[in-house]
Amino acid sequence: MLGRSGAGIAVALALTLPALAEEPVTTFTLDNGLNVVVIEDHRAPVVVQMIWYRVGAADEPPGHSGIAHFLEHLMFKGTDKVGPNEFSGTVEAQGGDDNAFTSWDYTAYFQRIAADRLGLVMEMEADRMRNLRLTEDDVTTERQVILEERAQRTDSDPGALLMEQMRAAQFMNHPYGIPIIGWRHEMEQLSREDALEYYQRFYAPNNATLVIAGDVEPETVKALAEEHYGPLAPSDGIVPRERPQEPPQLAERRLTLADERVSDPYVFRTYLAPERDPGDQKEAAALTVLAELLGGNGQTSVLARALQFDSQVAVYTSAFYSGTSIDDATFGMAVIPAPGVSLEQAEAELDRVLGEFLEQGPDTAALERIRTQVRAGEIYARDDVEALARRYGEGLSVGLSRADIEGWDEALSAVTEADVMAAAHKVLDRRNAVTGWLTQPEPAAAEATPAAATEVQE
Amino acid sequence: MIRALFAAVLALALPAQAEIPIKEVTSPGGITAWLVEDHNIPFTALEIQFRGGTSLEAPDKRGVVNLMTATLEEGAGDMDSRGFAEARDALAASFSFDAGADSVGVSAQFLTENRDQAIDLLREALVNPRFDQDAVDRVREQVLSNLRSNEKDPGTIASERFDLLAFGDHPYGSSGDGRIETVTALTRDDVVAAHKATLARDRVFVAAAGDITGEELGLLLDRLLGDLPATGAPQPAQAPWLLPPGVTVQDFPSPQSTVFFGQKGIPRDDPDFFPAFVLNEMLGGGRFTARLMTEVREKRGLTYGIGTYIVNMDHADMLLGQFSASNDKVAEAIKVIQSEWGRIGREGVTPEELDATKTYLTGSYPLRFDGNGPIASILVGMQMDGMPIDYVTTRNSKVEAVTMEDIQRVAARLFDPEALQFVVVGQPEGL
Repeated sequence: MLGRSGAGIAVALALTLPALAEEPVTTFTLDNGLNVVVIEDHRAPVVVQMIWYRVGAADEPPGHSGIAHFLEHLMFKGTDKVGPNEFSGTVEAQGGDDNAFTSWDYTAYFQRIAADRLGLVMEMEADRMRNLRLTEDDVTTERQVILEERAQRTDSDPGALLMEQMRAAQFMNHPYGIPIIGWRHEMEQLSREDALEYYQRFYAPNNATLVIAGDVEPETVKALAEEHYGPLAPSDGIVPRERPQEPPQLAERRLTLADERVSDPYVFRTYLAPERDPGDQKEAAALTVLAELLGGNGQTSVLARALQFDSQVAVYTSAFYSGTSIDDATFGMAVIPAPGVSLEQAEAELDRVLGEFLEQGPDTAALERIRTQVRAGEIYARDDVEALARRYGEGLSVGLSRADIEGWDEALSAVTEADVMAAAHKVLDRRNAVTGWLTQPEPAAAEATPAAATEVQE
Repeated sequence: MIRALFAAVLALALPAQAEIPIKEVTSPGGITAWLVEDHNIPFTALEIQFRGGTSLEAPDKRGVVNLMTATLEEGAGDMDSRGFAEARDALAASFSFDAGADSVGVSAQFLTENRDQAIDLLREALVNPRFDQDAVDRVREQVLSNLRSNEKDPGTIASERFDLLAFGDHPYGSSGDGRIETVTALTRDDVVAAHKATLARDRVFVAAAGDITGEELGLLLDRLLGDLPATGAPQPAQAPWLLPPGVTVQDFPSPQSTVFFGQKGIPRDDPDFFPAFVLNEMLGGGRFTARLMTEVREKRGLTYGIGTYIVNMDHADMLLGQFSASNDKVAEAIKVIQSEWGRIGREGVTPEELDATKTYLTGSYPLRFDGNGPIASILVGMQMDGMPIDYVTTRNSKVEAVTMEDIQRVAARLFDPEALQFVVVGQPEGL
């Protein structure tokens, strides 16, 4: 609902991402290793500061799941200069907003404020990069908050629990299988020492990217960055991010989560899929287009046409893929069956349609419409400079270059039918797949009874 | 575009007397709209609201406006559902339709290069929708799936229970998505009738922002909306206020309880509205320094987040809040809220809190106008709320004008811990 968000799972459509060529972008690096990106947008006198640390949940020490996200919360507890919780108060008193988020590959903090207050938020952000102060009380209370967050976002939502279990099955060896928020039993043990150890090693200028977007001039940003971030010492604990990799996946995995809070059961399928690589994002672009073709549109996509219009076995279908990660990504699909259709039937129909698609290939006109939308997306995206800043921050944090980031729309536009089919044949292999069923505990009728409805209304 | 407004706010840190160039445009056919022209990016954001929404429907047709709205782009003119979607995507236009309690909303974004074609297509959806039986049935199944899902969603259960307690039989007392029985029984004729009842010219509000001139917008509006009926269904009556104080528990299997709470609010045109608005920001604003966030989350760790909201609907005014907390902590959280509710009513706030909240509210206001999409959306909302066209330039002065005396008076008038109702959905301990 509110707050320092964590564990956000983005299933955003990569096709509507911002355009990059239109706005002036400047990059430079400080002597202590801090990378800086400046994106100019002079339409309104607003600035966004984002600091992206190249460390996330997949870099946690084993047994300490959730520490990346917990530290994100604790970063608001103050320094010698800024009292407990004064960080947000100071930003808000200037009319700004601030927040933070954690992913498997990065942890980011941002403020949005009037452009002439950039120096103030830079001073505070630089201060807490190296000078965080934590008391035992801070840690004890905030641990309760993250446990409540887990209860609200995961434990109260059977769909989120299924996703968590499926990821754990999908990644047999890679830490992407561990939830960002953490496993509850490990979260309960997270300590002040865990947080500080992680902080001191990873929060440093040579492990971060600063993105400043809005009504600013690069020279001014450079001077301010040198003043505030320049004096910070780099960390000598930064090593290449080599996580345990997946072995060949030889057997498909299937699981069923039964929960009395489930209304309409559904089938969820994920496949292990390649990610965008530095200098090579052609396959990821093809998978992005494949997801759009299969499940991007409720009226025209392959799954919607076949399952919602023709056979009418489903009330809802979708497909999704996001390739911006350091290691392997996933390609996913979901089908909510129509009343009276079993999960078994729905899954069989899904596989039948995928099989046909692999034989017949995509509709040429559909591919052309996607290209049109990619081009238009570059225009619409210029309306949102913050999204543009996120695109740079995220891309650079997972090891992509500026050329990769700026070449993404072109890579999408260049995808051919042959590229899509090659990627589809490679990825849509059940040996790489996890299939999850979300069901009610009893094989109850798919339709809710009127009695149940009345009970809620009263 | 918004620069002038900002400059004033920041340079003075005083009441902002600034300009945002909002023009009123009247089409040759007599439809008015508010426009902010900005030719930086070659597209336009268009927002349309038809006053009335789901509150216009009869009790036994509950959900029909929602079903109608969701079926608008499932075929129009000579295009079926797929044909319409393909035409829209080939233009790279985006349309969305939304049914609320007080309005049916239409949001559109379209490129300058094919604006006329995009508007012709949107016109077909608004003026000439087909509502084919198979499309109605297919969308109905999606609505029913959502309704079944809502029945197992603690947040929806809590808000619907709260609404029923507050408004009884008035349309505000039940979900505009309808109930499974009513939605199941809706016919195509009902959907057609709901279209005629809601999308009419006598209740339309329009705003646009982006790469379009006033003259172009006027012509566009006549093409887009000119053939809609002149009038629709009568607006509903003022809602009764029936909310009893207390705590209502509804059992739900979950480790957490989801809580909706609130009391009667304050009308938008009440002379005390701005002091009330500032007070709510201090007590329950979404910021980390608001009192409830401080007391319930930061000091005690009882929740991930809590907020309160002044809610002004066309026929009712509420002061609402929501949070979730573990079943063993929710009772303590409710005690803290009741205590803070009483404390602010009795003691008001400190001058420092008032000053900090004013600088936040006045400083953050201009930051909202940061793109064509957000600007069009804000401008149509202002018209629905009956604001004058210069409201953007006077709003910050109204915040600045709030005094400590206003705060004391309005806090005592507004916040009534004895009137609070908490609807708790979960398995709370000690309630």
